[in-house]
Amino acid sequence: MEILKLIGVVIVVIGFAIKFDTIATVVIAGLVTGLVAGMSPLEILETLGNSFITNRTATLFVLTLPVIGICERYGLKEKAIDFIRSIKNATTGRVILIYQAIRTLAAAFSVRLGGHPQFVRPVVVPMAEGAASKYGEITDKVSDTIRGASAAAENYGNFFAQNCFMGASGTLLIVSTLVAQGYEVTAMQIATWSIPIAVISIVVGVARNLMLDKKIEKDIKKEGGVAL
Amino acid sequence: MTFSTILAEIFYIIIGLVFVAVGVKALKDPSCQKKPTTAAFWFVLAFTFILGYWLPKWVTGLCVIAIAVLTGIKGVVQSKSDVPDPEQVRQRADKIGYKIFIPALCLALIAVVVATLGDKVPDLKWMTSNNAIGISGICSLVIAILLVKCSPKFAVTDGSRLMDNVGPIGILPQLLSALGALFTAAGVGNVIANGVSAIIPQGNHLIACIVYCVAMALFTIIMGNGFAAFSVITVGIGIPFLIMQGANPVVVGALGLTAGYCGTLCTPMAANFNIMPAALLEVRDKYAIIKSQIPVSLVMLVIHIALLYTFAF
Repeated sequence: MEILKLIGVVIVVIGFAIKFDTIATVVIAGLVTGLVAGMSPLEILETLGNSFITNRTATLFVLTLPVIGICERYGLKEKAIDFIRSIKNATTGRVILIYQAIRTLAAAFSVRLGGHPQFVRPVVVPMAEGAASKYGEITDKVSDTIRGASAAAENYGNFFAQNCFMGASGTLLIVSTLVAQGYEVTAMQIATWSIPIAVISIVVGVARNLMLDKKIEKDIKKEGGVAL
Repeated sequence: MTFSTILAEIFYIIIGLVFVAVGVKALKDPSCQKKPTTAAFWFVLAFTFILGYWLPKWVTGLCVIAIAVLTGIKGVVQSKSDVPDPEQVRQRADKIGYKIFIPALCLALIAVVVATLGDKVPDLKWMTSNNAIGISGICSLVIAILLVKCSPKFAVTDGSRLMDNVGPIGILPQLLSALGALFTAAGVGNVIANGVSAIIPQGNHLIACIVYCVAMALFTIIMGNGFAAFSVITVGIGIPFLIMQGANPVVVGALGLTAGYCGTLCTPMAANFNIMPAALLEVRDKYAIIKSQIPVSLVMLVIHIALLYTFAF
């Protein structure tokens, strides 16, 4: 019954989908897969222990935390906010784009900016909505569009650039997964090959935000807002 | 043990000590609801990092099960950290200014320089890519402490604070790579590969690239987690249909995970990125973020396929 071996995959998919504890899900999937494949309990423990130890590389990101923590204590986030606040006369799309660019750079250097609660809500959204108000009153629908796009910019920067940093957990996951499968790749190589996507994500962001500006201007004017 | 291995073990011991600090922090926090299980989690994890190299493998195996039980019963919680006072941080930011970015930039740059030297200079072979991350972590820490002139004890305070913020989920990448190895040992990859070979005609690189990227995104949409999708799809599709057909593993790996993230952008399963922020930003439509992201995600997915097809072969 070859197909039975897929039970581990099924457990991972269901476990994650129903939000069962992720770590327990992964370990259970491993144990069950071992049993189905006919390994003895001792063999399973040894395989699990051995692969856990050889894959400690994936947790090397911990070594970067003390530096980042100290920088935060001395105003890293505050200076990033100062920088974006200093931008004058920008349109909504440009505010969001500039934030996406900053977020992308920050992710590539593993700098934490605080994400949605500490940066998007207090800084980006007010600036983006402020810029749109020159076309007239902002309706609920336009506000939703602006807020959705602002939150999205945070995700683009975070997701598409984080692997450019050698010590990022995603980069280390790729390295340890491939090395465990017998392919000798290094964190440096993965980080380098993650750069094209980070750059392209900014280019896509430019197009996206140009379109956003057009849409906002049109929507506000159509809704009967007073154009100034 | 070679010098490179010794250095690597020293870094793992330092990581273990960070875990010990998180455990001690929990024990010292009178308001911590689940003190014994939280501390036990961090101490068992620290034990595997510090002594794992020398322990019999089955002992580590048991530790991993213990860790899973402790998180499975929801026994691990965050304890109180020494959080910097916002007003004080504001004052310090005004004093230090943009120089505060220097240690953060050093973190990335030193790692690249050290890894490049290790790669190019034969006598510096011990400067592996992995050790480079540790070396840059230590050097940047010294730079940060000198720059802000704080007590070195903040390395422990802030290191354990951030580690506790990340929480047990921080070891997920390590566990998933271990799971991937176990899947391969058990022959799971072969089973998936046999199933998928019905879709991918022998030697058709373009279809293989499309199936790989789309499968990454789809699995991530279902699971809400790109890391988990990566370990399953790499073993089941990436290796048999791309890497074993001659694709460059570096390109396949690097593009695979971000292809998965295209799925993260489209799924309410990734609630902490897509749903919770909508509530936080007081958006009326809770799917506003996902709606905003879907077109970008599709464009990025197509770009992933194109890059993979162009550069992997």
